[in-house]
Amino acid sequence: METTTNNSNFKSEEYFINMGPQHPATHGVLRLLLTIDGEIIKKVEPDLGYIHRSIEKMCERDSYQQIVHLTDRMDYLSSHINNEAVCLTVENALQIEVPDRVKVIRTIIGELTRIASHCLWWGVMGMDVGALTTYFYGFRDREMINDIFEETCGARLTMNYNIPGGLMFDIHPNFVKRVKDFIAHFKTKLPEYDTLLTGNVIFQKRTKGVGILTKEDAISFGASGPVGRASGYSCDVRKHHPYSALDRVTFNEALKTEGDTFARYQVRIQEMWESLSIIEQLIDNIPEGDYKVATNAVIKLPKGEYYQKVETARGELGVYIISTGTKNPYRVKFRSPGFSNLSLLSHIAVGGKIGDLVATMATLDIVVPDIDR
Amino acid sequence: MTNEAIQTLVNSWVPDLEFTEEGSQFLNINVQPEQLHHFMNQLKSNTETQFDYLFCLSGVDWGKELGVVYHLESTVHRHIIVVKVKTEDRENPTFDSVSDIWATAEFHEREVFDFFGIKFNNHPNLKNLFLTEDWERFPLRKDFVDEVNMIIK
Repeated sequence: METTTNNSNFKSEEYFINMGPQHPATHGVLRLLLTIDGEIIKKVEPDLGYIHRSIEKMCERDSYQQIVHLTDRMDYLSSHINNEAVCLTVENALQIEVPDRVKVIRTIIGELTRIASHCLWWGVMGMDVGALTTYFYGFRDREMINDIFEETCGARLTMNYNIPGGLMFDIHPNFVKRVKDFIAHFKTKLPEYDTLLTGNVIFQKRTKGVGILTKEDAISFGASGPVGRASGYSCDVRKHHPYSALDRVTFNEALKTEGDTFARYQVRIQEMWESLSIIEQLIDNIPEGDYKVATNAVIKLPKGEYYQKVETARGELGVYIISTGTKNPYRVKFRSPGFSNLSLLSHIAVGGKIGDLVATMATLDIVVPDIDR
Repeated sequence: MTNEAIQTLVNSWVPDLEFTEEGSQFLNINVQPEQLHHFMNQLKSNTETQFDYLFCLSGVDWGKELGVVYHLESTVHRHIIVVKVKTEDRENPTFDSVSDIWATAEFHEREVFDFFGIKFNNHPNLKNLFLTEDWERFPLRKDFVDEVNMIIK
């Protein structure tokens, strides 16, 4: 028994508590084993595997076209970008040059996906720290994006719009108009996000100076996405390894140096503005042309190893494929952003309070199926 | 640094390195298990290479051999290499942990331990991360027999 106070009337001792697997703030089936002393966290140990589906093993039995469909079950809020990652890997391996139209549409939908994901994150972030209204605001705007997706590809969440070689269908005739309507709508709503939550004194007290991650630690823990960028670590894959149409747009990488929960929050708000700007640059200039190039019905990648990284809403997703030249991959590894970001949770949460842990976890933006692949 | 320059430099640190670019977009380096930790430490601490970002760590079963593949990037110089380490010992495969060099390796090595049964020396907390403690087989190995058709139908 460890005593942390000298006053014998107020002895405290460390004890163990389970957070999850069924806990609203873990956003899925994630179990955290907490060792706490009163309100102070001494140790956080994640216990994973509650919804592990072994997607990497399933990929070894599937063809490359089928693998694409498994990936949107990982990080379901970035499903389009996950699909794109696999398609890019296959296309690069086969040295297929997809039409410009495909590249631009992929990037537009990818950025819409990012906004939709951040809207949902913003809603539940507010809810986690006690502001219920944000949930409805966030979902209202995300709904518009999901409607656009539904019209074009028939699905709202697990989209499966990408195929190796292009897209499954062409965009819906209404697509351009509806995206423009959304941009006009969201430009008036995004400032409301700031007035409702960002400037809130209670919210700022809950988040400023909480869960600080230094730049050195961010790199060492393999942080990526908004988590890394809030610590001043320039890690945007879209900047450093541009793919699809991202090399023809200009945007700023949202960077902050504070590294605390509030900085991670601000980076995501900033990213929504940047995504809007990327979409605006592309939406009027979607090139004419085919929406796919023909590939063989049975895709066989040449013997070798292929790696492709993309920036999902949560950070860097890597697809590592080892091929022996057959129709199935020999080994597929998904380097998921959530897994690396979760690994630093115990580092930044120790010493803080339980309430801070909830706020910190909210800005790590964990999606559990992404971790439990 | 170009791949050739990296190759010349790292060759002076450690003997018995194998290089290949065949079938991969990156420079691949095969390193002997006993050299692994020393070599990785050099890769990170040397100011010319400065591979400070371990972005992917994967276990691989090559059939005869088991091994680990490390994808490294430098956030300063922006060059990428791949380091591979292999062993033919399938009963008790063991490598040195690199979690003291890159903190992210701690979780990734636990994942490899779970699914491939590869052990890591000097790992601070080597225990099951995904699977339960009474699980004895290694699902991502190629000789895994899926008796209940859980994954492969």
